[in-house]
Amino acid sequence: MSETHSFYEISSPPGMTGIKSWLLTHDHKRLGLMYLAAIFFWFNVAMILGLLIRTELMSQGRTIMGPELYNSFFTLHGVIMIFLFVIPGIPAIFGNFFLPIQLGTDDVFFPRLNLFSWYLFMFGGLFAIISLFVGKGFPDTGWTFYVPFSIEVDTNVSLTVMAAFILGMSSLLTGLNFVTTFHRMRDKSMGLMQIPLFTWSLYATAWVQILATPVISITFVLVVMERLLSIGLFDPARGGDPILYQHLFWMYSHPAVYIMILPGMGVISEIIPVFSRKSIFGYKAIVWSSMGIAIAGSLVWAHHMYTSGMSDVSVFVFSLLTFLVAIPSAVKVFSWVATMYKGAIEMTPALLLSLMFIYLFSVGGLTGLVLGSVGTNIHVHDTYFVVAHFHFVMFGGTGFAFFAALHYWWPKMFGVMYRFRPAYVGACLTAVGFLFHYVPMFILGIQGMPRRYYDYLPQYETGNFLAGFGGYLLCAGIVIMFANLLMSFRQGVAAPADPWGATTLEWKVPSPPPVHNFVKQPDIMEFPYDFSGIGNQPGAGARTGDR
Amino acid sequence: MDRFNSERSSHHILGYRQLAAVLAGLLLLTGVTVGVSYIHMGFFNIPVALLIACTKVTLVLLFFMHLKYEETIIKLSFIGTVIVLVTLIGFTFWDVAFR
Repeated sequence: MSETHSFYEISSPPGMTGIKSWLLTHDHKRLGLMYLAAIFFWFNVAMILGLLIRTELMSQGRTIMGPELYNSFFTLHGVIMIFLFVIPGIPAIFGNFFLPIQLGTDDVFFPRLNLFSWYLFMFGGLFAIISLFVGKGFPDTGWTFYVPFSIEVDTNVSLTVMAAFILGMSSLLTGLNFVTTFHRMRDKSMGLMQIPLFTWSLYATAWVQILATPVISITFVLVVMERLLSIGLFDPARGGDPILYQHLFWMYSHPAVYIMILPGMGVISEIIPVFSRKSIFGYKAIVWSSMGIAIAGSLVWAHHMYTSGMSDVSVFVFSLLTFLVAIPSAVKVFSWVATMYKGAIEMTPALLLSLMFIYLFSVGGLTGLVLGSVGTNIHVHDTYFVVAHFHFVMFGGTGFAFFAALHYWWPKMFGVMYRFRPAYVGACLTAVGFLFHYVPMFILGIQGMPRRYYDYLPQYETGNFLAGFGGYLLCAGIVIMFANLLMSFRQGVAAPADPWGATTLEWKVPSPPPVHNFVKQPDIMEFPYDFSGIGNQPGAGARTGDR
Repeated sequence: MDRFNSERSSHHILGYRQLAAVLAGLLLLTGVTVGVSYIHMGFFNIPVALLIACTKVTLVLLFFMHLKYEETIIKLSFIGTVIVLVTLIGFTFWDVAFR
């Protein structure tokens, strides 16, 4: 196996070298890494913006910026984090890299379309950058672009929603590629119940991407048409309906939350059994809960609109449906914890981050029920409670799952091992900073502090200061984690094909994999999480020489 | 590539005669749409127009887009998207109806 050349050494299509071999590649692995580079850049930009926002809010009045810049910064933070990090993060990087390998195939079904999706992603980002510097600057609408403000304001709303439109196209085409690959390229001997759970989660996500993304694309086009032609679609004075915009926006943007979290859940479903040395508890239940979340999660969008003037009947129905989504989510959490029960648990940074995910996601999910319930929702609507809940799910959930995936698959993607101790330090600091950052926001929200405001009343200062302090800790932890991973290139400790004792197909190929993934026809296991042949192998720490 | 699922599917090629018959059907239905627009049917104006449009779409999907000859998974995928669309529009209309 060690004699094979990795995908870094051989281009696809063959014969290309240098930068051309990357920019024109059809190789799903190279494209995954190209997404990683772009997303890493955007994540850092949005993180710095977030830190600047929190610094501004650490004390009352003006601290480091004026209100207009503050409004643009929180919009930019939201747009970048949502459209350029959380939505594409796990599917575009790890999905591209590992979905074909986990399915026992050599690439996605449409490799050129995959490359095109990456270019769309880059162009979408470019549009967002251009909108910063032309006209009246970046919008101050928030990432929701609610009408009538987004139609009337002078800032660059049209360009920014077009950026989101292009990014949506990229996401949709990636989803289309994954669904087709899942059905058409899977190894013939791999039945549906032999597919790894990460790939199942990507499949469920891909359907949501395909079905929901066109809705937001159309909505953004309508916003641009309203701005250019003043049709009156959302203007009650001309027979329009402003609540229609909110329906259309959330028809995508709530399912988008599941586009963001489902792949993260798939990552956790991979990591927990490997480091518990135990078959995943309730494989079929997890598969069905992924599909259940995708379906039920597409039917709850209007729980964002309880106070918008929607009908009481709809409020009741959407509240009920919202509570139903908690069931498949809870099935997953139960399965993960039950997998660890009586397992031979071996701590690694990937597992530690996964455990943090379970805790933080559970808090995020449970506070979601507070918001799903109409009575409490009306009390905390548009307050910092929502901000805290959202970040517990999106950052505590997807963000930590992203970090866990990075630590789990890093040796496979780059063929080098990283040091565990700095990773633990970084992960713990990130988690502590996270709690310092967002728990005060729950309290601020219950006390009634509205979100997005530039300034606040004196009684909110302590909470805001603590949140800002937590933000610095959080960022410091992330920097340590990233620095440790990047240092692994310098240390150059080669990773074996299977450093963790895992069972899915990506660990049966060399690290990093060859250009066509498999040097011989893969041996498909009857069950992807059968650890009976792994049990006596030494632990991950013993193999890497770093505890 | 023979170890992948893609080899399981086969391609059905429609003859010119069949395609021409479907095209004729579509043109005929277009004529019917124009024709019924001159007949005042009150409430039924829109349902009838939608019915004709749906029939045309079904013909295009079944024959021009080969849905009739595809595997079950493709048919299910398509039916799923229709159900989603109906649900999304239905829920929104429902809200407006009860306001």
